Amino acid sequence: MSMNGAKGLLLEEPVIFEKSSPGRTGVEPASFDVPEADIEGIIPKQMLRGAIEGFPDVSEMDIVRHYTRLSQWNFGVDSGFYPLGSCTMKYNPKVNEEAARLPGFAMLHPYEPEELTQGALQLMYELENYLAEISGMDAVTLQPSAGAHGELCGLLAISAYFKDKGRPRTKVIIPDTAHGTNPASSHLAGFKVVPVKSEGRGVLSLDAIKGVMDRDVAALMLTNPNTIGLFERNIKEIADFVHKKGGFVYCDGANLNALMGIIKLGELGVDVIQFNLHKTFSTPHGGGGPGSGPVGVKKALAPYLPVPRIKKTRSKYSLDFNRPKSIGRMKAFYGNFSIMVRAYSYIRRMGAEGLKRASETAILNANYIKENLKGTYHLPYDEPCMHECVFSDKYQLGSGVATMDIAKRLIDYGFHPPTVYFPLVVHGAIMIEPTETETLETLDKFIVAMKAIAEEAKTSPQALKDAPANTKVQRVDETKAAREPILRWRKG
Amino acid sequence: MPYIPHTDKDARTILQAVGAGSIDELLASLPAGSRLKGPLNLPGGLPEQELKALLRDLSSRNVTTGEYSSFLGAGAYNHYIPSVVDSLISRSEFYTSYTPYQPEISQGTLQAIFEYQTLVCQLTSMDVANASLYDGASAVAEAALMARRITGKEGIILSAALHPEYRETVKTYLVGTGDHISEALYCTEAGTTLPEAIEKNISDNTACVVVQHPNFFGSLEDLAALSEVVHRKKALLIAVVTEPISLGLLRPPGVLGCDIAVGENQSFGNPLSYGGPYLGFMATKTEFVRQMPGRLVGQTVDKNGKRAFCLTFSTREQHIRRERATSNICTNHGLCALAAAIHMTSLGEGGLKKLARLNFSKAEYLKNRLKTVGVEPAFRGQTFNEFTVRLDKDPETILKSLLKKKIIGGLALKRFYPDLKQHLLITATEMNSKGEIDAFADAMAGVLVPAAK
Repeated sequence: MSMNGAKGLLLEEPVIFEKSSPGRTGVEPASFDVPEADIEGIIPKQMLRGAIEGFPDVSEMDIVRHYTRLSQWNFGVDSGFYPLGSCTMKYNPKVNEEAARLPGFAMLHPYEPEELTQGALQLMYELENYLAEISGMDAVTLQPSAGAHGELCGLLAISAYFKDKGRPRTKVIIPDTAHGTNPASSHLAGFKVVPVKSEGRGVLSLDAIKGVMDRDVAALMLTNPNTIGLFERNIKEIADFVHKKGGFVYCDGANLNALMGIIKLGELGVDVIQFNLHKTFSTPHGGGGPGSGPVGVKKALAPYLPVPRIKKTRSKYSLDFNRPKSIGRMKAFYGNFSIMVRAYSYIRRMGAEGLKRASETAILNANYIKENLKGTYHLPYDEPCMHECVFSDKYQLGSGVATMDIAKRLIDYGFHPPTVYFPLVVHGAIMIEPTETETLETLDKFIVAMKAIAEEAKTSPQALKDAPANTKVQRVDETKAAREPILRWRKG
Repeated sequence: MPYIPHTDKDARTILQAVGAGSIDELLASLPAGSRLKGPLNLPGGLPEQELKALLRDLSSRNVTTGEYSSFLGAGAYNHYIPSVVDSLISRSEFYTSYTPYQPEISQGTLQAIFEYQTLVCQLTSMDVANASLYDGASAVAEAALMARRITGKEGIILSAALHPEYRETVKTYLVGTGDHISEALYCTEAGTTLPEAIEKNISDNTACVVVQHPNFFGSLEDLAALSEVVHRKKALLIAVVTEPISLGLLRPPGVLGCDIAVGENQSFGNPLSYGGPYLGFMATKTEFVRQMPGRLVGQTVDKNGKRAFCLTFSTREQHIRRERATSNICTNHGLCALAAAIHMTSLGEGGLKKLARLNFSKAEYLKNRLKTVGVEPAFRGQTFNEFTVRLDKDPETILKSLLKKKIIGGLALKRFYPDLKQHLLITATEMNSKGEIDAFADAMAGVLVPAAK
């Protein structure tokens, strides 16, 4: 096949400090329209600073070229297919970007009096309600900044519930397929992690949970669909059992893109869920954030959500700080508001029907890839999948080729690699999440590329070992980076 | 359907390929009877043009810092954002990519973060900085946890002049790991943390002392003096900077004996956006780097020996270390860090110093103008671009009267400090013109002394 990846002109670019020439300024600050204060006469000399050692002095054009060149070394959703499993790299609509930049949203100070921010509060109030409706939860807080922040928030609320009832609980059950953030958040919330294995078909069994569930367990923390891309089919029975023992069910909502309008997790016994607005609700991933991680809970946990809550009385919106049982604050102010604006814009554009169609199409696309690549790549769990599917490198290992080589070779074909080596339960995992925003033609090209790479693995494995060949830099020495750390630029 | 390209024919092709008659056959693993029967109760979808009109209408129900004169700060600052910032962060190769796990096609993000880390080090005079945290408040919580790991001790002392919402956040974060948190009183005359209060609270089990500089009241702290008290007990000093423009004027934490510098970098290139997303920063000494949370970018080479960048020290992180990780953080605030780096770069050393002097001068001018109408600073300490005043009347009433003149006159402190019933925290930046400041002082005179009837 002819490769999607072609050569373009990529320009070398030094680090910004190496372009510095003392005396240059990019954008001069405003002029003094008040008298310049006598700083030295007011502030003691030992509190004032001298040079800002190394700070770059560059012209505006230099800055523009610098960052433009850097951007050209990057691959984003706008550049091409980005099937990074568990991250839901769907299209980020442009209208959302415009919405977030409207002066009425962007130029708003968090301590403005409520009568000046009614539009913002209304948007947040409505977004909370939309998320509650989509998930089947009773109350939603928008405060957490990201998925892991939401996990911590939800777990702290569960912990506070048991303390408040006078019987603190100490443990959280987490399946072996979970994202690393789940155990890390549980630990931070003060819980001991009890691992549980998924059964042969890649899902949790009621028996496995029965074996570890006791009255010290505050919650079972699962992901549904799980990280293998399978729906936890026993969730209702499992949730009933956890509830019978007085525990809660926390669902990591990272994979909610499979379920909108199809099923409500709240109706299956889930008590807490975090929403990753940067996954399911189309807000951009920003090269590593900012995201937003609202948390939805059932009624019993609502009193423990962070302050402030948004309240509506008649047609007036306000911030409610009087929540004596609240866990407190996850951050300053109210959350990542401009990300909420984007998610709100997405939900209003899609409507109920659009969201359902998005989830259904995400499922169709993942199954299409799964069906077309099984046989070429090892498929550890051959079941209809939800929004993503997980293969492994088992068939290629014999040629001396591993998952990382396959991933790097995909770059030469013009695709971002899938998530690799996760979930940990699949050795050499290749986790593919196509999302609903890709055309059939793109999926076909990706399938052809994956098949061509499997063929190359047999006939010319070195091509995979040498990949990527067309990028600005070739295989990066990550071991050296850790062994001989250079974590900042210094004048050479 | 918006953003979904499949035609009916495409959908049929896919169903055929996967051997299913309908989508329902693919959903057989969902519990029977639990599938939704009807549509979600959400508003119907809108065409883009109508959506935009709706959003414009909603946004117009807010009053912006452009429409009113705003003298609010308190951890969120109204600064000018050069046009290059939004133009460059709007390059979709930056904002539509994710965490740079595959360095060969993420060199742009990686080099930009490496530069950001360096800029934070230069600004704070510390050795190393991470790629970003969520915001200043959560950064303080992470720093407190980090200090515990480094010292093996538990106690956390927070200055009472640390932003109240930061203190609340620290308490929320640490509740699961045993809080052991105490607060050190501030001096009611100087408006700064009392070294005696720290001496009183500090013990051999103190991991760290957290002090904001300039503090929440706007006052400058004597970090060097506090450092002595803290280090005598082998605890760490954590400096918190919520207004980093001040570092263009003030001696940085790294040369004042601080072990960890954290704070909020929103002032650089990030709009107010009703409180977020902002940008937590963290910098520390080389010896502590392996206890630092968050992403870190390092310089290395590719297989041809060419300079390259990648994420490093990931064995500290949740995806490798799970419950033993230094933090649960995964997605952080990369694009906000990019905006901050571009703003810092476009200022340069000269620009940042000028901007800091300008902010200081605006605040001093406002302070003096208010003095002429009888409004005196509440504390005698020096300040940077915000300060606290004590009014003779209830600040809430005063603020309401000022609103009628389209002035947001600051933040009444009694919501956080019940003792400071008559106190107002006021901020001036380069965004407040002389005319605005004069009008504010005149309006204040008007509302404090109602014209005799």
